[in-house]
Amino acid sequence: MTQRLADSHAAIERLLDAAKALPKPAAFMEICGTHTVAAFRCGLHSLMPANVKLVSGPGCPVCVTSQGDIDMLIELAQRPGVTLCTYGDMLRVTGAKGSLEEARSGGADVRVIYCSLDAVKLAAAEPKRNVVFAAVGFETTTPATAVAVLEAERLGLTNFTALVSHKRILPAMRALLDSKQVNVDGFMCPGHVSAITGYATFATIVRRYKLPCVVAGFEDVQIAAALAKLVELARDRKASLENLYPQVVSRWGNRRAQNLMRRVFRPVDARWRGLGMIPDSGLAFRSRFSRFDAQSRYKITPIDSPEPPGCRCGDVITARCTPAECKLFAIACTPVRPIGPCMVSSEGTCQAWFKYKRQGKSIAASEDAVATPSQEARL
Amino acid sequence: MSNAMQEQPGTPPSAYRIDKSRHIVLAHGGGGQLTDELIAHTLLPRLGNESLGELLDSSIVPGSAGRVALTIDSYVVRPLSFPGGDIGRLAVSGTVNDLAVCGAEPMGLALSLILAEGLERKVLESVIDSVRATADEAGVKVITGDTKVVGRGQADGVYITTAGVGSVNGKTRLHPDQIRPGDVVIVSGSIADHGLAVMLAREMPEVQSVLWSDVAPLNRMIARLLEKVNGVVFMRDPTRGGLACVVADIATRTGLHVVLEELRILVRPETQHAADMLGLDPLEVANEGKVVVVTRPEAAEAAIAALKEDAHGQDARIIGRIEPERDGLCELHTVIGGRRILQKPYGEQLPRIC
Repeated sequence: MTQRLADSHAAIERLLDAAKALPKPAAFMEICGTHTVAAFRCGLHSLMPANVKLVSGPGCPVCVTSQGDIDMLIELAQRPGVTLCTYGDMLRVTGAKGSLEEARSGGADVRVIYCSLDAVKLAAAEPKRNVVFAAVGFETTTPATAVAVLEAERLGLTNFTALVSHKRILPAMRALLDSKQVNVDGFMCPGHVSAITGYATFATIVRRYKLPCVVAGFEDVQIAAALAKLVELARDRKASLENLYPQVVSRWGNRRAQNLMRRVFRPVDARWRGLGMIPDSGLAFRSRFSRFDAQSRYKITPIDSPEPPGCRCGDVITARCTPAECKLFAIACTPVRPIGPCMVSSEGTCQAWFKYKRQGKSIAASEDAVATPSQEARL
Repeated sequence: MSNAMQEQPGTPPSAYRIDKSRHIVLAHGGGGQLTDELIAHTLLPRLGNESLGELLDSSIVPGSAGRVALTIDSYVVRPLSFPGGDIGRLAVSGTVNDLAVCGAEPMGLALSLILAEGLERKVLESVIDSVRATADEAGVKVITGDTKVVGRGQADGVYITTAGVGSVNGKTRLHPDQIRPGDVVIVSGSIADHGLAVMLAREMPEVQSVLWSDVAPLNRMIARLLEKVNGVVFMRDPTRGGLACVVADIATRTGLHVVLEELRILVRPETQHAADMLGLDPLEVANEGKVVVVTRPEAAEAAIAALKEDAHGQDARIIGRIEPERDGLCELHTVIGGRRILQKPYGEQLPRIC
């Protein structure tokens, strides 16, 4: 603990020191939702000097899942005989017809799982149920979906399918930079994704856009150190790729996981909330595995449903606005009654702001939105 | 962990529109903001009275010269048995602790069992043995009870509702309105052990867990504390919603500013690891064998010494203080020296995707 204290204080000092010599105010983007939450949880924002900003990028898998995909999941969950397996985060995201949580309360068989293989086990154990797995997430969860599909194939299961909304992080970063709507001075790159892809993946950002990229772990000390490094690189006008999470992340990543992904999936264009269609940013089943594709099995197509009126989640996850600049934030949209996915997901930027960042009067105002005399009870 | 109500699988799929303003959802049972909303909008308007409206862990029975406390709680934990305890131990400890934190000595318990058809008798026997052992540990008897059986699939194993009565010592008045700036916040040990032990046992039974629930009756420890120390002003057991829920509630109810020091809060490394894996904040995870105590500053040291005399209070420590600022907020000073707001969690805890 004392070492952690000393290390974190040293990191904060380096950050403050480097910030003094910054030629102009700098903004850095963290790509990963876990980083967003961890930075708020450890109070990093409250320690940052005025000329350094840390903004959130499109790295919360729930937040970037398009409204159409969520609507498809809810529709599938309500079909007779279907058991929908999902990671917990997806439960509360609202589509055009409510959320999976609401579908579950209404009688749909929606089960929260922690591991993709649980869905396969369920399909094997309950052959009369048609198990659909909501395959969501970046490169961190994609290999697990691939493993599940291969296991279902090995077992010869005909009642297991997956609705694949997996995303790839690099095409989204490129699209964001190409759009020229976002001005950042460097990226804090996701440790978990990098563990799979290898940090070399981000070399193209450094080369093409001349922006520093620092791969970071998730402890408070690691995040503080990564931000300090980014500020130092910006001060020195140096675009380089740094791996500050060598315990877990290697240059080329986890080849076995990469091979699994490649075996089962191929890159396709995909729709992101807030970013629209991005070439090669999603994944679809290779033809050999097409019988596991829930979309074709259940003949369901994404409806182009409009996003909730007034909701600026798309702008929030692309750092075009802060949650506080959204008119719905903390007034109409709260964790109790979320409107956009960034308020639903525990890794969403809006929820993190709501939970950790509200100060002074703005809190009192938004308590009204919760509309309860905040009282704990054991009734 | 009392949010394990499960819907029946395979119920009609047709397009129900469930809206949490019109229907009950699991998160209404999570002990967070949505539970508050249910109580404030559905229960209190219909049942409210002076005692109930206080929303304390137990109520002093009116008309009895303030000497009798009454409480009731339901237990629906899944799995029925988990490392460190089971539903029987929970059903006694939870109710005994609710009495104890209000300064009441438990006098007797009433136990109501709802059993699902098909439950193995030996499972029930072991649950009841555990009720007996825990009641003995607390020095209280189950003095009345009831049993109902419902059809297969209408309930999940065993649900227990335990009511408890207790006698309140003449001088004791523990209430949030006693809290003043300068008061000290103490917790009796490590946090989040129960919630994570149960969650791992439920969701990942194949993982050989090293986590143990802290579920225990704390009435003897609390009685000793109240007997030895003058200056205890408020207590609460941080169950559903965890430590965050209790301190955020103290801030809201007193309108004062509460500061917690993260460095002083004990989270066991294995518990922290499990929380990180599931993407949960230990501050928001349930405890069943811990108590949060607010004392006058001059009484803090004696309170810690008194807690440490008990096996369940070995790691008792000061974790924060009440400050005069009137903003009704709880602020956490983090390990790296940052600050952030600590709020009441929403409802059901959802592990993250990656």
